[in-house]
Amino acid sequence: MTARALKTDEYFIDEEPYYEPIGDEIEIFESAYRQQLPILLKGPTGCGKTRFIEHMAWRLKKSLVTVSCHDDLTASDLVGRFLVKGGETVWVDGPLASAVRKGSICYLDEIVEARKDTTVVIHPLADDRRVLPIDKLGEILQAPPGFCLAISYNPGYQSVLKDLKQSTRQRFVALEFDYPSAELETNIIAKETGIPHEQAARLVKFAGMTRNLKGSGLEEGASTRLLVHAARLIKDGISPVTACHAAIAQALTDDDEMLAGIAELSSSLF
Amino acid sequence: MADLPPLDAAYIEHKLNEWLEVEFSFLKTSTPAQAIAQLPRPDQDFMLMWVQRMSSTNIELAYQFTVRAIEFLNKQERRVIEAWVLHAMDTYDQRGLHPAMEFIKNIEHFIQYSHDHSVGTVLQDHATVLLHFCHGLSGRQLKIEEAEQAYTDTQTIYLPPVIATLATPEDNFLLYKASAAYLWAQTRFGTFHVPLYELAAQHPHPEPFLALFHALETVRLEACIARELPGLYRVMQRIQEQLNEKYDDASWQSITQPLIQPGATSQDTLALTHEHLHKINIPAPQCFQGTLNPERVAECLKNRVPKEKAAFRVALSKILEDLKKEEAARHEAREHQFRTRKISDHTLPEGFRMELTLDDQPVPLPDHLSKLLTSIQLDLGDIPDEYLVAAGPGEYDPSLYEEKEVDPDEVWQGTYHEEGAFLYNEWDFRRQHYRKNWCAVREKTISPVYDDFIQNTLRKYSGLIKHLRKSFEAMRDEDRVLNRQTYGDGIDIDALVQALAESRNGSEMSDQLFTRLHRNERNIAVVFMVDMSGSTKGWINEAERESLVLLAEALETLGDRYAIYGFSGMARKRCEIYKIKEFHETYNEEIRARITGITPKDYTRMGFAIRHLTKILQDVEARTRILITISDGKPDDYDNYRGAYGIEDTRRALVEARRSGIHPYCITIDTEAKDYLPHMYGDAAFTVIDKVNQLPLKVSDIYRRLTS
Repeated sequence: MTARALKTDEYFIDEEPYYEPIGDEIEIFESAYRQQLPILLKGPTGCGKTRFIEHMAWRLKKSLVTVSCHDDLTASDLVGRFLVKGGETVWVDGPLASAVRKGSICYLDEIVEARKDTTVVIHPLADDRRVLPIDKLGEILQAPPGFCLAISYNPGYQSVLKDLKQSTRQRFVALEFDYPSAELETNIIAKETGIPHEQAARLVKFAGMTRNLKGSGLEEGASTRLLVHAARLIKDGISPVTACHAAIAQALTDDDEMLAGIAELSSSLF
Repeated sequence: MADLPPLDAAYIEHKLNEWLEVEFSFLKTSTPAQAIAQLPRPDQDFMLMWVQRMSSTNIELAYQFTVRAIEFLNKQERRVIEAWVLHAMDTYDQRGLHPAMEFIKNIEHFIQYSHDHSVGTVLQDHATVLLHFCHGLSGRQLKIEEAEQAYTDTQTIYLPPVIATLATPEDNFLLYKASAAYLWAQTRFGTFHVPLYELAAQHPHPEPFLALFHALETVRLEACIARELPGLYRVMQRIQEQLNEKYDDASWQSITQPLIQPGATSQDTLALTHEHLHKINIPAPQCFQGTLNPERVAECLKNRVPKEKAAFRVALSKILEDLKKEEAARHEAREHQFRTRKISDHTLPEGFRMELTLDDQPVPLPDHLSKLLTSIQLDLGDIPDEYLVAAGPGEYDPSLYEEKEVDPDEVWQGTYHEEGAFLYNEWDFRRQHYRKNWCAVREKTISPVYDDFIQNTLRKYSGLIKHLRKSFEAMRDEDRVLNRQTYGDGIDIDALVQALAESRNGSEMSDQLFTRLHRNERNIAVVFMVDMSGSTKGWINEAERESLVLLAEALETLGDRYAIYGFSGMARKRCEIYKIKEFHETYNEEIRARITGITPKDYTRMGFAIRHLTKILQDVEARTRILITISDGKPDDYDNYRGAYGIEDTRRALVEARRSGIHPYCITIDTEAKDYLPHMYGDAAFTVIDKVNQLPLKVSDIYRRLTS
């Protein structure tokens, strides 16, 4: 079987991605979309931000362009650049420019990871102008009504270097995400992976234990995503203690004593 | 390695005489020397090594060790003996000679936990793991400490230093874990909601009462653990089977039946205790249950409960105050009502979590406040209504609920306290082990001095400052456009034209056709650790201060994050760190005045300063972290902190710093420094400056070279 290759702006989501709303985030997103307002998703890693966007893209029947930001991401990486083709220079749109042209949803994941100057590129898109200036072409791209800009950001890093600038954040409608309540999280894991409800509840309890350790040796507790990973392994026949170790503990830390401590917790629980 | 021949008695006696200073101490070494001579060579080496290491701490202790250890050498594992010795030395450090002697003489007591040839597990090796384990469990964040017997005072779990009840180290570790979990369960499931201390006092002979209560409560808590941590419960069952601790008495089982039910509380246990006291046989204690210590619990609760009440109510009044401010802005005034409600949460044993509401709207709680809420709930079982009334203005004395910050200057008034100080270990090279919590470190402020020193310095070095600014500016990140890159943001037209021409000529076309913007972001945090010992008095001090001024001026143009701390000390209880400029402070008149105010203090104890500043540096996020020491000589302080001891401790502290990713560097004006600095800092991580007056010039220069 070979992988399916798609152009980034042709990526439509056909099947409904499973998403369990925590509050009224779906209504807010739809309203912001109608009003052509950009959206900021805040929340810790693995709590469902990306899944939410996929779900919304499916709901709104829009193509979705996702860019995972990193600290070498330049403005050209987003907007586009000239390439050389047979002795000629050819302009190639970056993901952001092509999303604007096609009127897709453009999702910039972990925006704070990108360089500060890169973040500024989205400013004219994120206010009422809704334009993307492309200096190198001498063009200004006016976004169609269907275009939607969404960015995500994890405030948990609490680092001065990785904070979102006021000038950026004050352009967005913000939706806050957090780990769902225990009941909901149990349902999510059971439904997403198909493990028995009782086992999902144990996993959520285990997640609670790792979240208790936040601040006394762990930077973050286990996210819903990690629980889903562990549940998948369990579903596939791995013992719960081993699954927790491989999918959760090892993903959280490299510290041997912390790993041992978490292993003791999981072996006590299952 | 070939087997070495055993040492003879005469040699051993000679060595013992030397280490134990027999000339003055008149200790009798011939008998132990004879005994050691009978041992095989590895045992002899082991004995002699420890005698030597202990003799650096105390001769009497070392002598007792020599006499007592021989007979246990064959029966006990080395690790157990080492733990015994280290514990003895720790006891000596913390409580003095008498308790340490008691301890070392009573080796039988120490090994009471270990059967003759069993394998012990040492708490020290596993304390961190157990601590993480306990923190992961819900409820109050408990501490773990060493004590003769396992018990808890609801704040700390005390565990014995070594457990050797079971056959293998793995099982003994599990026993530690079971003990810790059981003691956790005592606080988590409300054992001490029963006022045990007062109740015990009503009995003329409290022991049977406490023993029965403890036994019944153990049944209840085991059932709680079985529900909460089934995996651990299975382990506990297995351990009980191994030790034959299962108590299968039918009448006992029928009596305790109600305690196994999910809703059972310690009140039920108490009722059963009263009902059956002196009427039934009490089963032998379980291996993990430890002892009850009602007195310590009562003491702990007496301290904590009013303190937390005050802290909680004051926190509520702060929430209310903020709200009222908002309302005042909107010209509203309403009455407000705090309440708690239960939110279902199956991950907690109670099946719910407490939520604080204000006018029926949930209040988001900061971390410390939700911990406080949990802690109150654990102590009282609920949040009583009187807790939900915000404190009136001035109702509580802040000293009641705030963590006391001891004024560093009060240290020497009366008996000195270690409260409020940071405690750091110190490396004793003779003992080859740390002295635990040996240095009491306090952060002090420097009173700023406003005089003409700064002006004079700036004038004196005006030319140099200009030069420094220029060279530091040159180091700032300048964006450079790199040409002829294989990928990049733009096209390098020159390269393209050339490549096209070359391809017409038939040669291969280059792929280096792009331009890329290169940005070298400086991401450096540096701490300057300035020697403020008495020996810097005079021109060294002046040179240090001048260097700091120049450095600060230069660093301001560069934009690196930096902090400046002074250090000095007199003996281990008075280690002082002087804050001159912290990372978050900006360089201004006040900082300049503090630099002016740097005055020589006492001695040069370096280890603690390195350890403390390492900790500060670690809290700063930066790609490169540098710790630069500006010093005038080798480490030197009272209580033996001189010569090899001081150097070895400093070296150890630097090793620790390096391990946590910090680059230490030393600038010194001690011309003899080449004898010891390479050993401490390594060959390339120091500079010796011959002339004091060169210091201001050099420091900035060295910094520039170091970071470019």
